[in-house]
Amino acid sequence: MDVLKIRKDFPILERKMRGQPLVYLDSAASAQKPRPVIEAMSRFYEQGYANIHRGVYELSMSATDLYDQGRVCVQRFINAAHEDEIIFTHGATESLNLVASSWGAANLKEGDEVVLTQLEHHANIVPWQLLQKKIPFKLRVVPIKKDGDILLQDVLEALSEKTKLVSVAHVSNAFGTILPVKDIIKAAHDRGIPVMLDGAQAIAHETVDVQALDADFYVFSGHKIYGPTGIGVLYGKRAWLQSMPPYQGGGDMIENVTFEETSFLPPPARFEAGTPHIAGVVGLTAGLNYVTSIGMQNIAVHEDKLLAYAHEKIGTIQGVRLIGTAPRKAAILSFVMEHAHPHDIGTVLESRGIAIRAGHHCAQPAMESMGLMGTARASFGLYNTFEDVDSLAEGLRAVREIFA
Amino acid sequence: MSLNEQDLLDLYQDLILDHSRYPHNFYEMEKAQCQAVGHNPLCGDRLVLYVTADEQGRIKEASFQGQGCAISMASASMMTDLLKGKTAQEAEKLAAHFEQLCKNFKPDPQFEAMMNPEDNARLDALAGVKNYPARVKCAMLSWRTLQAALNPAQNQTVQTENT
Repeated sequence: MDVLKIRKDFPILERKMRGQPLVYLDSAASAQKPRPVIEAMSRFYEQGYANIHRGVYELSMSATDLYDQGRVCVQRFINAAHEDEIIFTHGATESLNLVASSWGAANLKEGDEVVLTQLEHHANIVPWQLLQKKIPFKLRVVPIKKDGDILLQDVLEALSEKTKLVSVAHVSNAFGTILPVKDIIKAAHDRGIPVMLDGAQAIAHETVDVQALDADFYVFSGHKIYGPTGIGVLYGKRAWLQSMPPYQGGGDMIENVTFEETSFLPPPARFEAGTPHIAGVVGLTAGLNYVTSIGMQNIAVHEDKLLAYAHEKIGTIQGVRLIGTAPRKAAILSFVMEHAHPHDIGTVLESRGIAIRAGHHCAQPAMESMGLMGTARASFGLYNTFEDVDSLAEGLRAVREIFA
Repeated sequence: MSLNEQDLLDLYQDLILDHSRYPHNFYEMEKAQCQAVGHNPLCGDRLVLYVTADEQGRIKEASFQGQGCAISMASASMMTDLLKGKTAQEAEKLAAHFEQLCKNFKPDPQFEAMMNPEDNARLDALAGVKNYPARVKCAMLSWRTLQAALNPAQNQTVQTENT
């Protein structure tokens, strides 16, 4: 994998920030976009745009084709068994909300339990809490280990006859921990419990095969895998999706509407009310094709090398404490420093052109479990280099000079 | 030295770093006349501000407790120093003046002329955040909390993240 060649595909990496070459270490928040994604979307808007479905003219039919091809592209990318198991949403957040409100409302009742872990992103906590206002079910929270790991044993202990769903992150956005999801799914299925995976952080870092995982639901966002914002995916096993009531009502999701009664189309249309983000699907398709052309396996190997290098290089700087050192991790380096608040670290790095994130990373319970208000977080994408890690290390030494 | 480095040194100058490391007036005031909470939920900075005035209505004691970045801690520390001896009205004017400085608007020269030079220097140091717009909220948190404390009718928890 030729990273220098890949970097040329990302126009933004040529720009400067605060007069310095941009060192972008915030891909876990959102990845930058390669030219094929940008061009596919402009080309679509310039030459191919029309609303999809029911248009009795060529442009609309070709736009519909692109939209449908996008679904097939996603299906292949995550190896789903059927095209109609792919629902387009705004992003992972909406996908999680969809399952909570549709599946949750149809399947949960008082006394039931949904099992989460303590390192979940707020997007896999709050939708369940909103549903709790309507249905008095309980959330069981699997504790986190000191190194940011989640152990299968602890998940097993949380499972009981009351458990109706396990909904956990595939990869932690705060600490980079890769959860033992395959084992979790196997154990849950042995007990007849379905599992949803929040794949927002995993999707860009490793090959995801929903059939091999045997996940019941899998969600991710387009913008974290080099595609546009505003488009995301809910994968659901066909039998589940077919059994679920609509999430939103509107056009494009009905069979027949009268004021007395309305019947709904089968999935995926049932869950895609209204005009969707068509250009988003076009961009996502281009993004998935782009990473496929490089090879997810190559990307995973490259990012693992970067992470190992960063652990060594950053972890040994005096005053730096890495937060999240689980044995299996992906592309995320969370840390705190003596005498320097994460926001001050961020500002010093910014003045050197280095973009990181600081704060609780929308995972307050995870931060609390570590006794922290927040961390500084550097995260890597396929375009990052060992030199980027060196720049970060130099920047952190400058932080230390100022604050220590 | 590049412009960047100069901006950074202006922001994290010794005066600011000293106040953030060893904040002045950092204690809970048990019988405070007014108090309010400043909390920026996105970044997690949180402080409680306490103010007590004498019979003439001049602030005789101002203190705070909480946690946050160097900028928000230094700002609260310097602000509580500056408040002593000021009336509520003067304190409010000072807060408005400081906001102008942080947002890089031209401050009122008349007001500046009325202030003592040392106070001006302190505020100028804090106003280094004007080169870092993402951090203005950190510098403003204690001052916005002060406005809430002085106006008890208002909501007693304030934030500066969506302003």
